[in-house]
Amino acid sequence: MSDPILTLSGVQTDIAQYHILQGVDLTVPRGGVTMLLGRNGVGKTTTLRTIIGHWQARAGTITFDGQDITAMPTPARARAGIGFVPEDMGIFSDLTVEENMILAAASGPLDSARLDWIFSVFPPLKTFWRAAAGNLSGGQKQMLSIARAMAEDRALYLIDEPTKGLAPAIISTMAGALRDLKNQGASILLVEQNFSVAKALGDTVAVMEDGRINWTGQMAELANDAALQERLMGLSMEAH
Amino acid sequence: MSAAPDHTPTFAQISLSERIGKAAPLLLVPVMVALGFLAIGSPSSWLTLTVSGLAMGMMIFIMASGLTLVFGLMDVINFGHGAFISVGAFVGISVLLVLGSWTGAPSLALNVAAVMLAVIAAMIITGALGWAFERVIVRPVYGAHLKQILVTVGGLIVIEQMIHVIWGPDEIFLTRPETLKGAFTFAGAAIEKYRLLAVVFGLVLFVAMRLVFKRTKIGLIVRAGVQNGEMVQALGYRLRLVFIGVFIAGSALAGLGGVMWGLYQEVITAGMGEEMMILVFIVVIIGGLGSVEGAFIGALLVGLLQNYIAFLEPKLALVSNIALMTAVLMWRPQGMMPVVKAK
Ligand SMILES: Nc1ncnc2c1ncn2[C@@H]1O[C@H](COP(=O)(O)OP(=O)(O)O)[C@@H](O)[C@H]1O
Ligand SMILES: [Mg+2]
Repeated sequence: MSDPILTLSGVQTDIAQYHILQGVDLTVPRGGVTMLLGRNGVGKTTTLRTIIGHWQARAGTITFDGQDITAMPTPARARAGIGFVPEDMGIFSDLTVEENMILAAASGPLDSARLDWIFSVFPPLKTFWRAAAGNLSGGQKQMLSIARAMAEDRALYLIDEPTKGLAPAIISTMAGALRDLKNQGASILLVEQNFSVAKALGDTVAVMEDGRINWTGQMAELANDAALQERLMGLSMEAH
Repeated sequence: MSAAPDHTPTFAQISLSERIGKAAPLLLVPVMVALGFLAIGSPSSWLTLTVSGLAMGMMIFIMASGLTLVFGLMDVINFGHGAFISVGAFVGISVLLVLGSWTGAPSLALNVAAVMLAVIAAMIITGALGWAFERVIVRPVYGAHLKQILVTVGGLIVIEQMIHVIWGPDEIFLTRPETLKGAFTFAGAAIEKYRLLAVVFGLVLFVAMRLVFKRTKIGLIVRAGVQNGEMVQALGYRLRLVFIGVFIAGSALAGLGGVMWGLYQEVITAGMGEEMMILVFIVVIIGGLGSVEGAFIGALLVGLLQNYIAFLEPKLALVSNIALMTAVLMWRPQGMMPVVKAK
């Protein structure tokens, strides 16, 4: 088995005076989808933000593709091959869809074959190509946010709750796109509260509780064990 | 830009009222010009005042454009910005004084060459000064507004005193290059050549800036950075470097504005930048922090109002601009063209 694409060991992150991450140990294998699950407020978003460098880890190490990136500035982490889809989508509202996508391709012009692929999974982006991104619907903004990560080939995608607040039809578009990305061999670390989406996409799972990972295993194992789900995540996933 | 997909884009989601709302600030300039016409009565005085108001507006815009981006990108309040205006004026005017034989000659080519050299020298010096100012004064106080105000005001005072040390304590009077002197008559109104030139130059600069912001990647990065700097970094761009570049460019533009303002007033003082900053801040605030287009419209409004009121009721000129700011903020608390900030 090849070495993992991402490893966190003993990562602690403070936000202001609060100790939010209290020693996160997490391994993301190459290829496939690793689900990061857990109740609201346990630190999933903080974990992703620490990986991309929006929060600086106070202790522990983050190893990406064999390289210690713990102290690296965010732009260097991105250029090393990490794509980030934040929980709030991070759309540049005053820019057009096109301009958002041009910026997403940081290392050169947009690749037209990739763009065709993106349009095929997210047709509305083609329709609204020249429109201000701020005028898109919530689902379309989420598509744009994921499309930006897809604009270049990344070694790892960090995706935070891509189906949050979306209508069922759009959730299935989103899940289809993520499956497409997965089938291309991408490594994805995905936070997802919708358990049916998580079950359909996830290969391995890490569950958080109070700023730590308290369970890791295979998705199949968790999916077939309702009592385990109940214990690890309470009602949050039954809600969907 | 990237290959456009073959289709007609749909804008059905943008309602008509929303589109009118976005364009409303653009209409304020003609409205202001029309109100000026009604209030002043005499068409020739109105035309003269309109040209000088637009000229003043263009110069204020040039001074304000860097400041609004510096605030928008890094949330930095720079009260020292006025220092670059003064330094630019002193450097530029010194060059013009040295080139007295060029500026005194009745040759357009020699005059323009002298002004160009003055502007280039002023922009290089103020750009370099801006670079040092960012490193030494601004960088240690990121994220702390109160400290930023104190420290940048301190920087302003130090630079003003340096001007006194280098150029002496007195104001310096100057005359414009020979071919830029005087006025011509148009429709019965006297229009100073220099003011018309300032209007044209300001317009060209604004159009050029818009092209940079719309058509170049660095322009896109700056616009995106004003909205969501964190995301710009997550896409791999070093926002710090972009910010330093914008700070330097903004300082150099302030220096350019200083030269133009010095030629307009035909006198320069160490405190001239500080005096202009009141209007510059009004423009940045009513335009919407971080919005270059907003600053442009705001500057034209301020320049026009200042000139109309100075003619109608001189004592109320500055008060009128503060009233304008109050009115705009009551209408749009975030300024006329607010930048949509993340979160
Ligand atoms: N900017 C912030 N300031 C203060 N506390 C925060 C901030 N962001 C997150 N937190 C706190 O950190 C904890 C973990 O949050 P988060 O990582 O967003 O959880 P999750 O994504 O799992 O729902 C929560 O208790 C939350 O209140
Ligand atoms: Mg979250």
